[in-house]
Amino acid sequence: MTKNNLVMELKNFSFTYAGATKPSLKKINLPIEENKITAMIGPSGCGKSTLLRSMNRIHDLYPGNSYEGKINLYRADGSKQNILDLKKENDFIRLRQEVGMIFQKPTPFPMSIFDNVAYGLRLAGIKNRSELEGRVEKALKGAAIWDETKERLGESALGMSGGQQQRLCIARAVALKPRVLLFDEPTSALDPISTGAIEELIAEIKSEVSVVIVTHNMQQASRLSDYTAFMYLGDLAEFDKTEKIFLNPKEKLTEDYITGRFG
Amino acid sequence: MGGKLFRNFSFFSATLSFFILVGIFAILFHYAQESMHTFGFDFLWTEQWEPGEDDEGGIFGGYIPIVGTLLSTIIAMVIATPLAMGIAIFLTEIASVTVAKPVSIAIELLAAIPSIIYGMWGLFYFAPVVQSIFGGNGVGLLTAGIVLAIMIVPFMAAITRDSMNTTPSVLKESAYAMGATKFEVIKDVIMPYSKGGIIGSIILALGRALGETMAVAFLIGSVMHTVGKVTDPTTSIPVLLANNFAEAEDLEMSSMYFLALILFVVSFIIISSAKFYFLGRKVK
Repeated sequence: MTKNNLVMELKNFSFTYAGATKPSLKKINLPIEENKITAMIGPSGCGKSTLLRSMNRIHDLYPGNSYEGKINLYRADGSKQNILDLKKENDFIRLRQEVGMIFQKPTPFPMSIFDNVAYGLRLAGIKNRSELEGRVEKALKGAAIWDETKERLGESALGMSGGQQQRLCIARAVALKPRVLLFDEPTSALDPISTGAIEELIAEIKSEVSVVIVTHNMQQASRLSDYTAFMYLGDLAEFDKTEKIFLNPKEKLTEDYITGRFG
Repeated sequence: MGGKLFRNFSFFSATLSFFILVGIFAILFHYAQESMHTFGFDFLWTEQWEPGEDDEGGIFGGYIPIVGTLLSTIIAMVIATPLAMGIAIFLTEIASVTVAKPVSIAIELLAAIPSIIYGMWGLFYFAPVVQSIFGGNGVGLLTAGIVLAIMIVPFMAAITRDSMNTTPSVLKESAYAMGATKFEVIKDVIMPYSKGGIIGSIILALGRALGETMAVAFLIGSVMHTVGKVTDPTTSIPVLLANNFAEAEDLEMSSMYFLALILFVVSFIIISSAKFYFLGRKVK
């Protein structure tokens, strides 16, 4: 693995929640490779969602949390930035446009389907109607819901099914052309068919965007991801190629977890 | 046996409120008959309120108190709505917990102060302030409207805050995750999401402002005077009813029932539209 195709890299990263005495994440070192899918697995409370939420600094909506170490973001132009140095609201906005996030439950905004996808674009300053229409259409096609939505773009997004809503949220995030998309258990609230559709979609978008996905579902991690990080009690217990983790893990702990002996 | 008794009792309790509602309407309607037959719809446009000699007949019109009620309510709403929204947004999105907690408690306590205290405070302290800024007599439409606004702000702010608090944090987070600023999250996510609660709080506050008697009686001037400018003293329906009830007879009494009926119907329409709005939201 060469440094060149990394999109993010965590170095000795520690995180402590406001009011907590012990860190929730301890000296994590984790490379995120470009145009690959990196899965994070581990038992509940191991810190995988906390880690994910550090990567676009969504933690900073709530005061008092503290970071240590580095999270580098490598831009397309070759420059790199430690996102933990960001302080101003404008910097966070730029970061979150580059590192998008999809949540556990679908989160359509209370507005029309079109406006949901156009929302981030408008925030980014795109006003031109025809450009908006073009990019919304492209994003909806990219998220494989254009056929279901093209007749009803003006209707409220709240009337869609859960699976459609989640794909809409992915379309909305993809429309911004982020470098990285963070998925926080994106299918845990969905039925198996919708889950399949979302997984297919994630596998497709990795040609355009690097993906980090937190999941409780180990089959999902093994089906979908190129790399897997196994986390345990705030430590990164093991990180390797996915087939290595699932077929031939180095650590006893990893083996116990993926074979279902605990968790 | 016990179950049946309990069921009958709760059925009785539940239907009682409905019968009281219908009963009040029927009584108002019945006693207003004389005035309705004498004046008809002209009652709404007539500015006089003059008992005849020896308390026989006379001319009574609801124009001044109806306009006074509506105008004082409108002034109150125009002032209170943006203030209450600002307070609610501050408490839910901007203030830290250490500030939001005490302010929230203060707001709830303000909402619990009896209206006569607002009336006294308004008359002795606030009316001279209004007089020195806007002129006039101190008491009048504007003073009543502003104090009404102060009374309904805590009420509106508390309901709006509760409604804004129901916005799921993940929805706000996903807007931030798209690169929205705090202002954009408030405008595009929180406000639309809590629209129902906001409209509900406005309508409930409107109902309260329409029916408020004590504070307004202190402040509006209680004179039968058509308002020319906002500082003029005038009267409102509840104030006129409270002031004149003791001496009125026959046609005047009937005219007051007519006024009460008008207030009842207006308040009823406003409150029930608020209720149906909430109901409609829940079904959806």
